[in-house]
Parts: sequence; C-alpha cells; structure tokens
Amino acid sequence: MDDLRQKYLDAIAAAADEAALEELRVTAVGKKGEISLKMRELGKMTPEERQVMGPRLNALKDEINSALSARKAALADAALNERLRAEWLDVTLPGRPRPRGTIHPVSQVTEEITAIFADMGFAVAEGPQIESDWFNFDALNIPPEHPARQEHDTFFMARADGDDRPPHVLRTHTSPVQIRAMQAQGAPIRVIAPGRVYRCDYDQTHTPMFHQVEGLAIDRDISMANLKWVLEEFCRAFFEVDGVELRFRASHFPFTEPSAEVDIRCSWTGGTLKIGEGDDWMEILGSGMVHPKVLAAGGIDPEEWQGFAFGMGIDRLAMLKYGIPDLRAFFDSDLRWLRHYGFSALDRPTLHGGLSG
Amino acid sequence: MKFTLSWLKDHLDTEASLDDILYALTDLGLEVEGVENPAKKLEEFTIGRVLKAEKHPDADRLRVCQVATALGEQQIICGAPNAREGITVVVAHPGTYIPGIDTIIQVGKIRGIESHGMMCSEREMELSDEHDGIIELPSGEVGQKFTDWLAENDPAKVDPVIEIAITPNRPDALGVRGIARDLAARGVGRLKPQAVDPVPGAFPCPIGVTIDPALKDKGAPHFTGRLIRGVKNGPSPQWLQDRLRAIGLRPISALVDITNFFTYDQNRPLHVFDADVVKGGLRIHPAEGNETLLALDEKEYNFAQGMMVISDESGPESIAGIMGGEHTGVTEGTVNVFLESAFWDPITIATTGRALKINSDARYRFERGVDPAYTLPGLEAATRMILDLCGGEPSEVAADGAPLEMDRAFRLDTDRVARLVGMDIPAEEQRATLTALGFRLEGDTAHVPSWRPDVQGEADLVEEVARVASLTKLEGKRLPRSHVGVPTGILTPMQKREAAARRTCAALGYNECVTYSFIDQGSAALFGGGDDATALENPISSEMSHMRPALLPGLLQAAARNQARGFADLALFEVGPAFHGAEPGEQHLLVSGLLVGHTAPRDPFGSRRPVDVYDAKADCEAVLAAIGAPAKAQILRGAADHWHPGRHGMICLGPKKVLAVFGELHPKVLREMDVKGPAMAFTVWLEEAPMPRKKGATRDALGVSDLQAVERDFAFVLDADTPALNVVNAAAGADKALIEEVRVFDEFVGGSLGEGKKSLAITVRMQPMDRTLTDEEIEAVGKKIVEKVQKATGGTLRG
Repeated sequence: MDDLRQKYLDAIAAAADEAALEELRVTAVGKKGEISLKMRELGKMTPEERQVMGPRLNALKDEINSALSARKAALADAALNERLRAEWLDVTLPGRPRPRGTIHPVSQVTEEITAIFADMGFAVAEGPQIESDWFNFDALNIPPEHPARQEHDTFFMARADGDDRPPHVLRTHTSPVQIRAMQAQGAPIRVIAPGRVYRCDYDQTHTPMFHQVEGLAIDRDISMANLKWVLEEFCRAFFEVDGVELRFRASHFPFTEPSAEVDIRCSWTGGTLKIGEGDDWMEILGSGMVHPKVLAAGGIDPEEWQGFAFGMGIDRLAMLKYGIPDLRAFFDSDLRWLRHYGFSALDRPTLHGGLSG
Repeated sequence: MKFTLSWLKDHLDTEASLDDILYALTDLGLEVEGVENPAKKLEEFTIGRVLKAEKHPDADRLRVCQVATALGEQQIICGAPNAREGITVVVAHPGTYIPGIDTIIQVGKIRGIESHGMMCSEREMELSDEHDGIIELPSGEVGQKFTDWLAENDPAKVDPVIEIAITPNRPDALGVRGIARDLAARGVGRLKPQAVDPVPGAFPCPIGVTIDPALKDKGAPHFTGRLIRGVKNGPSPQWLQDRLRAIGLRPISALVDITNFFTYDQNRPLHVFDADVVKGGLRIHPAEGNETLLALDEKEYNFAQGMMVISDESGPESIAGIMGGEHTGVTEGTVNVFLESAFWDPITIATTGRALKINSDARYRFERGVDPAYTLPGLEAATRMILDLCGGEPSEVAADGAPLEMDRAFRLDTDRVARLVGMDIPAEEQRATLTALGFRLEGDTAHVPSWRPDVQGEADLVEEVARVASLTKLEGKRLPRSHVGVPTGILTPMQKREAAARRTCAALGYNECVTYSFIDQGSAALFGGGDDATALENPISSEMSHMRPALLPGLLQAAARNQARGFADLALFEVGPAFHGAEPGEQHLLVSGLLVGHTAPRDPFGSRRPVDVYDAKADCEAVLAAIGAPAKAQILRGAADHWHPGRHGMICLGPKKVLAVFGELHPKVLREMDVKGPAMAFTVWLEEAPMPRKKGATRDALGVSDLQAVERDFAFVLDADTPALNVVNAAAGADKALIEEVRVFDEFVGGSLGEGKKSLAITVRMQPMDRTLTDEEIEAVGKKIVEKVQKATGGTLRG
C-alpha cells in the first residue's frame, strides 16, 4: 500500500501538464483506477480487515486527489507566470498624450479677488468698455477742462462727420461702473467691478490695455476706517500672509474725498518681493470716500449715504503675487508663457481651499 | 515741482530734519518723488592743513605732505601742483568713498612711500568741474566737517533738492510758499510772515492796459502791470542762479530769472516786455483768427479765432498766460521793462494751450489755478525785487478788471468729519488745521482762502482736516457683513456662464490668451469689422486701430507668433468682448477656440493626427453643454465669409438664433494673417443661449428599466451630400418612446457605391420599459426605421 501511494505521488509530482495529470487521475482514482478497484475488494474482506483497510484506502484516495489538484494549480500558476513574463512592456515609454490647457493669470486673479470680496458681501458689477465721456469723466467729477482728463491718456472713438456729440472713449478706468451700478441698484450697495481698461500709453511698464478692479461700498455710516479694514483683509487674504501692513497716504482723485493712495509693507531682496515684511513701501492702489457729486451722479443722496471706493490693477496684483516680471507679456500669448504662468482648469480659487491651492 | 531745502526755509521756520520734512510732505499728499542731497556723499570729508610739503624722492610731480587732519598728523602723497605748506584743504581718510572718481581711498604706497588718504579737488567731490588743483579753503578749522563749512560759507553746494508730485487739485503747492504752509499746518515749523508793501509809482504808466469786454467776465478778469525805467539787466546774483539751476532751470538774465523765481516761489507767473519795443498800449482780446506770433520758444504760432492774446498797436505780442513773444522779449540791453501780473481763466488757458500744443510753466500753473488775490501783490513784490537787483524807477500801476471774486464758505461739521474718516479728531484740532491752511472760520463756517480753487464743498474740508491729521494714523475698523451668516452666491447667471466656458476650454486642453481689444483694420475687416464706426480717433499704432469684431483675429495673430517661435500644434482660446458698434453697450461676450496643427505630438502609439472640423465641433458642443445651452439644436450652413464654405456649421435654435459656429477657417484668411493652416475654430456667443428656466435644485427622478436594451445596426446608401443628422433624426422618429439613442458609427464615400454616393451606418438602441421585446416587434421597428429614413433622405438600406 505504501508503495502504491509513493508511486502515484511521484508520478503526480512529475506530471508535465494537465493531460498527464488527467491520465494519472483515471489510472489511480478513476472508476476503474487502481485505488478504486482496491476499494471494491473491501466487500470481500473480513470485518476486521475492512475496519483497517477501509479508512486507509479512503485516506489514500483523498491524498491522491489533493495531490492532483495541488499539482494542477501549480501547473496553472506556472503557465500564467510564463505568459506574464512574455507580456513585459517598456513602461518608460511615454503615456498617451493628453493636452493640458491653462487659465490666464488675469482670469485666475480676477476669480481670486471675486472670491474674497464675495465673502465680504460684494457682488460683481459690469459696464461697457466703450463709454460715454459723461460716465467716464463728468459723472466722476472730472469736468471737461479738468487737468485730470489730460492725465488719463484717453483713447477716443472716431466720430462720424456731422455727429457733434463729444466722442465716446475707451474707459480709462473701471470707475464708470460705479455710476452705472449706483444708478441701477441705489443704496446700500457693495460691488466690485473687474475688467479691461485702456490708456494711450505703451512702454516698458505700460500697455494700452490692462485690467482694473473697482470697489464700491455705500451705506449710512461706512467710513474710511472701514475702507482700511476691507483693504487690509483683502491683502491678507489675497497675498496669503498674516502680517499685512498698509499705509494710507493722502492723495487726490476727483471722484473721492478724502483720497488716499495705499502702500503695502514689503521687502525687495535679490529681485524677490515679500509682502508683509521689510522696510519698503509699495503703492498698490488708490482709494477714498466717494465724492458727494459722484453719489449724486449715481442718483444717491449724499446727505443720507456715504461710502468708499477703490481701484487697483489686476495685472499688477498678479505680477506681485506670482512673481511675473513683464506686463507686456500678459498680452503676447506666447505659449511658453501661457504654460508657465497659467493655471490648471480645475484650480478654481476658493476661500475654503486656499486661494492659490 | 522742485525746490531746495534752503528755499523752503525762506518761508518756513523749522528745526526739523530733512527726513522729517520728506516724510511729512508725502504724508500730506505732496508725494516726494526724489531727493538729491549733495551733503550725503560729502559727509566723511573733513578739513585739514598742510604742514609740510616736500618733493617725492622718486617722482618729480608728486609731493609728500604732512597734513594736520581730524585723525592727527598724516602723511599724504599729492600730485596737485598747488599742494604746498600752509594751505587749508579737504581731506579724505582711508575708507572714504570719492564720488568723482568712484573709488574708496585706501592706505597705499606711491613709489615706495606710504600715503594715508587724499586731498581732493572740487571735481573729485562732484562740486564742480574744477580740477586744476586741490581745494584751497580761505577758512576752516582742522578736523571740521567739510559739509559744515560749506553750509556756512557756500550753502548752495549742500542744499538738498526735493522733487514732489503735485496732484491737479493743489495749484497752491506749485509755489514753495504753499508747500511751507502745508508743512506749518502739520506742525513741521512755523510759516514766516509775508507782507507786501506797495511800491509807490514815480510817474504815470505810459503803457495803458485794456481788457476787451468779451474777456472781462471769463478769460482775463484782472490784468496789472507797470513800467520800470532805467533798469540794468545783467546776470542775476549767484544765490538766484544757484536756486534756478538746482531746480533745473537755466539762468538767463536778472529780469527773466526774477519772473521764474516768482513762478516757483509763489506760483505767480509773470511776464516782462521790453517796453521800448511795445508800440502804444496793451490790449487783451480774443484773436480774430490767422494772426501769427513768433513766441519765446522761437516757434511761430497761428491763432484760431477766439484764442486769447495780448496785442499792442503792431499786433499780437504775447499768448496770454501761456508764452510771451520773441519780439517784445527782454534782452541784456533792455533798460525799460514792462512787468505784467495777470489772472487768467484756467479753462481758457487750457483750451488755447492744448490747441497750440504749448507746454509752458505759465500754462501749467494758470490752468490749474493761481491765486487771483495775489495778482497785484505779486506785481508789487516783483517790482521790489527788480528794483533791488536791477535798479530803475517804477511807474504807477496800470490795471484793468478786478480780482476774481472767489469768496465762498462751507459749514464745518466736525462730527461729520469724524464719521466720514473714522478717526477721532477733536473739533479744536480741526479748526486749528483749517486756520493754519488759511481758512477763515466764522463760527462753524469756513471761508476758503483765495489760493485754494479746489475747495468746493464740505467734503473738501474733510479732506484737508484728514490729510493734515495724517491718514497714516488711521486704524482699520471692521466692516460688518451686510448679511449675517453664511454668505450667499453673488455671481449672476451670465458671470457663472462665462467662468464655466473658460474652465471648460482649459479642461479641453486649450491655453487661455488675453489679446488686445483693438486690432489692425485689415484683420478686423476679414472678420466683418474695420469700419469707420469702430475706429479709434487716436490709436497708439496702426496695429491697434479698430475695435475687434471677433476674438479669432487676435487668436490667429497669436498663433502666427507662436508658429514663428517654432510651435506648430496650438490650442488657444479667449473669453472676452467683441464690438459690433461704438456706442456704449455695443459689445457682446464671446468665447473662441482655435486649433492649429496636430492633436498631439508624435508618439509610439500613433495618436497624432491633424486637427479637423470634428475636433472643433466636439469642443464647441462641450462649451455649449457647460453653459447650459439646449442639447437639441439645428446645424445650418451659411456663416460669415471667414469660414471654409463647405466645412463649417452654425449651431442654431432656428435660422436667426445662432448659438455658435464651428468649422475650418477659410484658407484665404489664414494666408492674409500669415498662419500656416489648416486651422479649426469655434465661437460661442455666450449671451445667446437662453437661460434655463429656474426650477430649484431638485432633479427629475431617474427613470431606468431593468429590461435588456436591444441594439440594431443599419447601413444606408445615400447621396453623398445628405446630412447625417437627417438620417439620425428620421430613425429616432420611428418610435420615440422605444428608441433611446441613434448613433452614427461609420461613413464610407464613393468606392464601389459609385460617384456621389455614400454609405452611412447607424446603430439604434431600443429600451423597452414594461416588457421584453419580441423578435417580431424588433423587426417591425426596424422596418419603420428604414421607411422613415428612406422618406426623409431617399436613402436605401444597403444590401
């Protein structure tokens, strides 16, 4: 019996493929297999013999069956391994190309600004880019002969012969949107107005088109101190540094009174700008309390309402925050620039996610 | 506006340091743009005396000097010819930077002998171009700082020059006196009194002055002048020349320098005529038109009718308030001078100045506004200075008109000031500030000083108080939310739509560009623009002459630039306005995408293929889907000429409602714009798609069936120009309830089908909802599909 066992186990271990195993199965435990035949002989044995041989034959049969299935699994594994070995690929080949689009820094920064001011309750107002000179100047307390008009480097639209109206202008600032928003909504009001503006100027640091964002908040008791807080909060959130320090400097804009230019504390070392530290001050925006005449032009009673307005350059904010050196490159569409300074489509600025991700 | 520190101190009694003054100026709104302090680079130089000077043993031209200095006796080798015993000199010790030669002096050996420093020439200290020898001072103590000696003996050499920016509202700060007044109000010193005593006239003025009635009300309300005879017009004294040079003016002659002095000292431009050249009286009048004048800038000007001029009997002699005439200008030989001090209306001056394109100091000041009350006092003060510097005898004053009445007063509401600014400024301080600025307070009423034309209301009083109190001290105060709690969304549906379109394009692999809103006429014309209505009057260049009618020309130019840089595969997009007219609001919001070259770089998998119309179509539809445009739309042909006539489609809701166009751009357009094509593009009119009706956030319930869907394929033989969409729509119409989707999966043109024919294969997916379909039912639907397609397109089932 032990010989029999050994014979089959050896044969199973030596079987080269599934067919050989099947043959062995038939020979050993098949209906007419050697072990099956032996089991039939149990009936001819004495009960005592049967009691000994029965369990032994059963055990042998089980053992052979297990050996068969173990060997079968081993053979299958070996075959699979062999196949997988043949399926080797060079994984250092490049992945299938996927185009990678980008969002322009101006769009990204505009969304960042919008997210911050939205949290403070400011909606987004819009206005036309070709403006009447009334909205661009007169309504903002810049009468026709005011010297400030000359300083605006205004683009004028051509007038047809016989059309004697003053020429329309390409808006020189986003401030006319203040007037339109006040006329449309009245007070109280909180809006920002980002968008394209135009000045007839082109050199190292100026382009004839750039982007501004206007801010306007009118209520019964909004003060310049509120303005400072709003701008501090904005700068802290936008530049993503805690210790932002702003300095208000008296200045003059026809549409605000009092007016202030606002500087931010920064350091310039090795061509790198750091906001919130150092001993330098950099001018970042103009602001002030809305002039009563401007409120009146917007259809709001200056005896009853007061508030602030500010304007700042979006392109400039983008340059400062993201270390972009040249304004002119913003509008050149150089693919290398777009890829380098652009933002991913899914990188939507939110306050809960952190603006710059 | 430039001035020097010593000039400021003529008007301001102050002990404040230069830095304190600079800080106060900027903080007051007189922003310091630059400071040149010559003393700064001379700080380390001290005075010494040469005790002994002997010839260098190895060099004929060098002397070995023993010099008494601040650091004791030092040996200094010197090559100056005047280096000799006993002279008082300026010494630079080792370690001192010598600006004139851009070197730091070191202890060194010169031909074997040690030298401990340097004795300097004026040029080496950048004091002048003098370099014939070292400085010999007439006085000075050994060890004394050279800058201290200069301050005592030659102050102009160490007088800091300050330049400030003047905002248009502050003409008074165009005079040093006005700047001093601001500083005094801030507490940086005391404004020195300035009294003007009239100078009695010795004889009647032989030159009469009259203002034409047309100008008396507006233009030239007040004109004063007088003759001073027997003057000697030579160079002006050194102090005056120094001052004018320091602020960048060229001294000319005493008479001219005096007028320039008053321009900057008091913001009081004056003019001097050579009285011997003036014929008869002076008349201020509007030009009749076409008169000409050779002005002091040696250019000839032709006057349009109405321009304000000053004429004598022989015609115009001066462009009033802007520039005098060459003919009557004073010269070195002038002995009889007519001095003019007048008040000119700012708007008249601005209009004429702009028309004649003259930028003069006088125009700059008169158009911002000079003090009308100082017209006559200015004449008197200048008379006195002429008498002092040039001698002579003054006539009585000749005048016409009267000082402009500018008295106005506003209520000072000290509480309102505090409320607007958000700073606690005591009422008394507010009143003191205004008083120091020259306002006259009567109770709560503040009368505005004559030199502040900008103050026109209560808000201006607030500004004065706030800026003098210093906005730097302003503390931020929280602006409470207008709405308590979680902020709500603030974007309008259109703003969200714009953002969605932008992010979708970037997600599809396009790079966002921001291109100029103006473009050259040729490019604009290719896209339906470039007409006179959208032209700029004053474009910055011919490349930017017209408002863009579309975004594609800008993107094509960007593509051409990138192709020139070696980038052939491009996917660019822009979101922004295009302009269909030049009235406010005649703009519309577009998103355009441009595809040029291939879909991908070469790779081992053969992904690369040229971009085609269907890429543009897919991207266009993705954008439309992202902005919530209706899924069902027609596709029509016949868009603008810049599209390939056979390879574009307009996605429309009816023939007049075009939501978008996609397709290949016309090869001619590409050639004109220097783009190597072909190029695919799309444009979506973001404002055209109707806004979905708002129905809350809840979605319709999802209706799905557990029953097996059935797909059947059909191939039709059709005329080659039959739109696939017609086949799809016809098939879908066979059983609208049962047919869930019809999709084209193959197209085959020509070949065995013959010329002008194509085969189109569609798959139809049928989704039963209540019971499984039987073969017969499927067969019946199939038959209906074939019939419908045949009826709609004439196509037959392919055998």
